[in-house]
This record gives sequence, structure tokens and C-alpha cells, in this order.
Amino acid sequence: MSLAEDVTTAPQQTAPSAPHLPARLEVEGLEVQRGDRRLFSNLDFMVASGELLHVRGPNGSGKTTLLRALCGLLLPQAGEIRWNGEVIRRLGEEFTRDVIYLGHLNGIKHDLTGAENLRVAAILDGDAVDDAAIWGALSRIGLGGFEDLPTSVLSQGQKKRVALARLLLTGARLWILDEPFVALDVKAVGLLESLIVAQVARGGVVIMTTHQEVALTSGTIRTLDLGVAGQPQRG
Amino acid sequence: MFRTFLVILRRDITLAMRRRTDVLTTLFFFVIVASLFPLGVGSEKEMLRFLGPGVVWVAALLASMLALERLFASDHADGTLEQMMLTPQPLSVLVLGKICAHWLLTGLPLVLVAPLIGLQYHLDGMPLAVMMLALLIGTPVLSLIGAIGAALTLGLRGGGILLSLLVLPLYIPVLVYGSGAVAVSTIDLADVQPFMALLGAFLVLALAFSPLATAAALRISVE
Repeated sequence: MSLAEDVTTAPQQTAPSAPHLPARLEVEGLEVQRGDRRLFSNLDFMVASGELLHVRGPNGSGKTTLLRALCGLLLPQAGEIRWNGEVIRRLGEEFTRDVIYLGHLNGIKHDLTGAENLRVAAILDGDAVDDAAIWGALSRIGLGGFEDLPTSVLSQGQKKRVALARLLLTGARLWILDEPFVALDVKAVGLLESLIVAQVARGGVVIMTTHQEVALTSGTIRTLDLGVAGQPQRG
Repeated sequence: MFRTFLVILRRDITLAMRRRTDVLTTLFFFVIVASLFPLGVGSEKEMLRFLGPGVVWVAALLASMLALERLFASDHADGTLEQMMLTPQPLSVLVLGKICAHWLLTGLPLVLVAPLIGLQYHLDGMPLAVMMLALLIGTPVLSLIGAIGAALTLGLRGGGILLSLLVLPLYIPVLVYGSGAVAVSTIDLADVQPFMALLGAFLVLALAFSPLATAAALRISVE
């Protein structure tokens, strides 16, 4: 696949600030078990363009598991997850092109530099980005001067920033963020908040877990409370 | 798709070059295991020539086993593996890239160092060339088969032992025909051809099915 092809097949990905096409994620009757414990069942909700879904719940209520199921890493016991009306398993690569997932693990190699990590991730994501864009993203996320250092020498918060820099380069419509504010300083929290606001404002979908309050200047915030019944159900 | 393959190949080779000890341990393990036998059984020429092919191949199997555990483990631990699954690229192509890099780093060095080992067993001339060729065709099969086992045992406690139990029996055909080729070549060079043809067939078969099976196994393990 040549670079020129990438540009023509994915024009919206070269300009991450352009508005997104409308999209929606629907979940119907979702049930997930881990071991013999049923984390949740009969879960129904919908998130559409310009909306943020804030998943809340105490520790161990299955927030991370839900997010992993939503991005297709985990096969639910029952129920369906549909992206624009199509089941995500059937969409396959069409869905993974639209989604970016940042979990508890940063997903960066510690022996590679920040720029190298982002370059590999961008090429695999099918985003046509050049070195200037990568260095630009790293300096915007506050890692100017650290681009060429192996990420093993960076602090926990700086490693997290390298992972978050992907949000600046991606054209994905659906962002799934698992506790994205952990380990970040005040400035980085502010920057991330503005990125999330921008993604929602241009018609993207954001699903996130966090223990802090989320404020949006535009768009809708939906909340989903897991484990509110108190006791975990035995399956 | 080819670009994806190259990106992963280059990434894994860059990573290995920054952490050379992993590559070198495999190589030295191979050299040491193969060198222990002449010391143990004595230096009688006929006996060593007779033992040589089998010992070199068993050492190659063990060395390849040793490196397998690391094939997916570090990517699994730092989350890059699950990120790979979420890219719009076929997982089997990514996996093939990783396996190729793994072979270039752990299989190819064995092939290159084989003449040195061969000399200890009084193998020279054509038998030595046959051994190198057999290793060149056979070691990629080891990496390809081993990748399935490495993917299945990913993240398990005591996965290393389980991996050996799972994969070593599957290595038997390669061992039989690989060492057979070298043994036959010391008698009559013309008889080597069917052994090589079979090794080649194993390689084609493994190349076709291993990436798919490994990708499926990884999806289960990461879940």
C-alpha cells in the first residue's frame, strides 16, 4: 500500500479537525461474565455523534470490561454492540478504523522513542501522517525536547502523554478512554479535556471512565452507572 | 498490507537491536549445547560424525524454544498487542511480520553459526552445506509452529513449560527430516533431495496456516 493511496482512501484522516460523519453506537442486552461472576447483564444504551458517555461505578463494577467489550477486544456472553446499525464483529476492520482505545496500559514500547512509537501506531492505524505532524503532536502534548528519547526514561505521566498524543493524530470517530486522567498533571488534564471537548464538538463519540467530573461546552453528556444495585450478581 | 508487514518487521528488529542480549543468549545457548556433546562423548571421529546431525538439530530446536516465550510476551505486557488488534490491519499479517522478525533474529544466526558447530563433529564439505540448507528451510518452520504455541500460552502462569510440551512434539517432523538430510548426505548426496522437498513442503504449509492460527489464538489469549 503506497502513501498516496492512504491519502485518497482516507481524506478525513489527514485533517483531524474536520467534522466527522454522523455515527452512533448502540448496545442491546449486553451481558459480560468474568470467571463465574456476572459483571452486568441486560445493558442497553446508545451514544451518537456529538455525545459523551461517562461510565461511572465503584471499583470492580466492570467499567474496564465494558470498554474492552465495546471496542471488540472481549466477546460478550450475550447481547449485541452495533456501530451505525451493524454488529461490530461483522464490521471487523471497518470498525477498528473508526475506534481508538486508550486503556490502563499505555501501549507504547519503552525501547522506542516517542516519535517512533507514534509513527508505528499511525501507520498501523492507516493514518497518513508525516514526521512534522508527529513532532507537532508531541510538542503540543508537552513533550517538546523529549521526542527523540527512548520512552523508558520518561516519567509515568510523560509516558501517558505519548499515548495520548495519538488522539491528536487520529481521525477515529469513536474514542474509548479508560481513566485517561490518571497520572496527568493539571496542565495535561486541561489539555486532554479540551481535546475531548473538540472531539465531541466536531461530531465524534467519546466513551470514557473517570472518577472526576466532566464538563462540556457543547454536546451532550450521558452517564451510565454500573453496579448501582450494590452487590455483584452471581451468575 | 505489505507496508504493515514491513513496519512490524522493522519495529521488532529495531527493538531487538536496542536489547541485543536476548538475541545473543539464544545464539550462545545453541553453541554451548552443541559443544557439550563432543566433550561428553569423546572425540572419536566416527561417533561424532554419526551423532552430529541429530545433536545440532536438537540444539536448534531447544534454542528456538528458548526464544519463543518472548515472541508476544512483551507486547502483551505493555499493551501494544491489544493496540495491534484494534488497528484496521489483518492481524495475521501483523503476526507474520513478528514471526519473520523473530526468525531473522533467532533462526538465521543459528544457520550462520552452523559451520562452526559442524567442524566439531567432523562434518565438512557437502554434508556441512546440506546442514546449513536444511537449517535454512527448517528453522522458519520452527518459528512458525512455535508462534501458535506462544500465542496459546500467552499470559498463563508457567506458560514456558506448557509451551515446550505443546510445541516440541510438533517439531518432530522437522527434526526427523532435517537431521535425516544431513545423515544421508554423508553417504550419498543424491538421496538428500526428497528430505529437502519435504522440509520445503512443511515450510509452505506452516507459512500458509500458522499466521491465521496464531492470530486466532491471540484473540482468545488477550480476551
